[in-house]
Amino acid sequence: AMDTDLSSQDRKDLDKFIKFFALKTVQVIVQARLGEKICTRSSSSPTGSDWFNLAIKDIPEVTHEAKKALAGQLPAVGRSMCVEISLKTSEGDSMELEIWCLEMNEKCDKEIKVSYTVYNRLSLLLKSLLAITRVTPAYRLSRKQGHEYVILYRIYFGEVQLSGLGEGFQTVRVGTVGTPVGTITLSCAYRINLAFMSTRQFERTPPIMGIIIDHFVDRPYPSSSPMHPCNYRAGEDNGAVYPSVEDSQEVCTTSFSTSPPSQCVFTVTKAHFQTPPPVVTDTLKVPVMGLAFSHQLSSSRLSYQPAALGVGSADMGYPVLFAGGLNAAHPHQLIGPGKEGGVPPVPSQPVHGTQADQERMCTPLDGVHYSAATPSSSEDTETVSNSSEGKCGSPHDLLETIFIRKVGAFVNKPVNQVTMANLDIPFAMFAPKNVELEDNDPMVNPPESPETESPLQGSLHSEGSSGSSTGNTHDDFVMIDFKPAFSKDDILPMDLGTFYREFQNPPQLSSLSIDIGAQSMAEDLDSLPEKLAVHEKNVKEFDAFVETLQ
Amino acid sequence: SCPLSSRCCAASSAAPAMNCRAEVLEVSVEGRQVEEAMLAVLHTILLHRSTGKFHYKKEGTYSIGTVGTQDVDCDFIDFAYVRVSSEELDRALRKAVGEFKDALRGSGSDGMGQISLEFYQKKKSRWPFSDECIPWELWTIKVNVVNLANEQERQICREKVGEKLCEKIINIVEVMNRHEYLPKMPTQSEVDNVFDTSLKDVQPYLYKISYQITDSLGTSVTTTMRRLIKDTLAL
Repeated sequence: AMDTDLSSQDRKDLDKFIKFFALKTVQVIVQARLGEKICTRSSSSPTGSDWFNLAIKDIPEVTHEAKKALAGQLPAVGRSMCVEISLKTSEGDSMELEIWCLEMNEKCDKEIKVSYTVYNRLSLLLKSLLAITRVTPAYRLSRKQGHEYVILYRIYFGEVQLSGLGEGFQTVRVGTVGTPVGTITLSCAYRINLAFMSTRQFERTPPIMGIIIDHFVDRPYPSSSPMHPCNYRAGEDNGAVYPSVEDSQEVCTTSFSTSPPSQCVFTVTKAHFQTPPPVVTDTLKVPVMGLAFSHQLSSSRLSYQPAALGVGSADMGYPVLFAGGLNAAHPHQLIGPGKEGGVPPVPSQPVHGTQADQERMCTPLDGVHYSAATPSSSEDTETVSNSSEGKCGSPHDLLETIFIRKVGAFVNKPVNQVTMANLDIPFAMFAPKNVELEDNDPMVNPPESPETESPLQGSLHSEGSSGSSTGNTHDDFVMIDFKPAFSKDDILPMDLGTFYREFQNPPQLSSLSIDIGAQSMAEDLDSLPEKLAVHEKNVKEFDAFVETLQ
Repeated sequence: SCPLSSRCCAASSAAPAMNCRAEVLEVSVEGRQVEEAMLAVLHTILLHRSTGKFHYKKEGTYSIGTVGTQDVDCDFIDFAYVRVSSEELDRALRKAVGEFKDALRGSGSDGMGQISLEFYQKKKSRWPFSDECIPWELWTIKVNVVNLANEQERQICREKVGEKLCEKIINIVEVMNRHEYLPKMPTQSEVDNVFDTSLKDVQPYLYKISYQITDSLGTSVTTTMRRLIKDTLAL
């Protein structure tokens, strides 16, 4: 056909589909990181408000943020919509976990029917997104959030920034939909060297309400959009009540036709949104961090003590250090203490406690059943699935690298030599180069230590100037738990992790202790007159001795 | 052959038709994980292969109902998945998976078997010929049941199987994303040849679930039982 231009009606429809697809994508992602189980009802009669024939709730502030980020634009070539998911501990350490990218490339499918095929494929893609959001590592982390950490989201529009994910991130493609104006691609890049909370190691304390809202807004760059906790509901001092669906927002009533394609009918009607506005609760429902945890993390700072392998201060009852190693047996499995060794499995009690607290914190949204999180187990290890897009270097390289880094914080060892560009992964061109890896690497460039033996210290980032979304240099190493690599041990009841914990903080040698040194010096000085007196008594003997030497 | 052959499709669905794409997934699980693992995979597939209920209107147009979804946590596996919010569909799958699990545990089984989910279209034939069932997508999940010796191994198995299932979900989504053949959207008179319209809240493509157990002789798969769980021919 000569006329390859889209009819104006088709173009309008397509733009609308893409816009609402983007909004629904954000909703699915954020809702999947709320830490709750999501449940929506099927309805045999179309309500006219369920885009893509899927019951996906619209959390108003999420829609608001998404629209703000999009600012009236649509994803296009070079202009992608990204949802960044990160974790923030009560100490304030944060770490990017995932970047979900909705991109458009130039590959057009002119023949495809907009109002029918594209629409249905977008619906299918949303279903795939629902499925995939449950299989990346951040899902299980998000189900356990609340006391020790929260999961935050940030939406931005423009260029994809993956540098905050650390090296060796994996990607998973959710799917693509061809349209006459380009191909929509939805994918997720996720960090794999994660450290996890070990809920059993921290005292369970009841949550403290009342954390101020701007605690969560910590982006140092004015141009970056603020982070939001995924399960944060609008607080009273925020004041804004976001309309659930603006009146001007169009609602989709789709009619499909089985007639020949030329007679395809698609109608969109404007309608007032029927569902009542969501409940804006009076109490600030913000997940809180236990006090005990704050203490525990206080010395898990990412500054490394020179001699120890990243262990915190001596008063730490439990090791809270990062050993984000990769198990030799399965390179992409993250290890937990006691899983391979003899430490008994985690009792389920603490997690149920978390669940109870979450029940308090997360209110059901109107009209939707949001059951409280009922994690089936309290295991802390996360599982990582291999991306179909390819692995990041050989797992062995990664193992080696991490192992090398553990020996001495300031040794100038070469970092992982994997160059992302060589790898067949979709975001290879966005992955950090080697130099940047080192810049970001707290092992080479510890953030707070006065010793600067590493020659790379001077070139310390910041990526900030290049527009990175990460302000922290130490985002690779939020130390929360201790999982030694290679600690698989079937034979002994004690594994490497336990050994470590038991022997990690030996007392200082007394001779090296300043106090004792000073004390002995003082003693020495005090005893001098006595000793002199004794020697004076024996002076004749000394003299005789000296004479024999002459 | 099919015990309900008088009402059933003439064509046996043992061998996929030429245009039928076939996907095979394999999992090794502990006995108590079989049900959850199978449900996770089957529900994920059906999530992608179910639409809202069609409501036909004038002039061949139709509107589509809304599909709800919900999260399911597994008790014996470190895993969670999303399924369509339809109790009828869930019951049907649980019934099939329950029978499969029982058969796996039964005598003559060495713990190996496979469960198949086949999507098909019906092609009406004139009397006296019975309708044909033409499969267009066949998913086979091969299962190997392992026995574990102690709690520690079970713990590892929980995680490993969880990881494996994550991979399977990604595999399934990959296949779905290929946008390969799907039956044409049917007219009102044809809808029952393409979709299962018997459920009240969602509308999956016509499907059937069957399973086979490898007997203890091992090498060849003998069909010890072939059951039709779903028969959607209208009475």
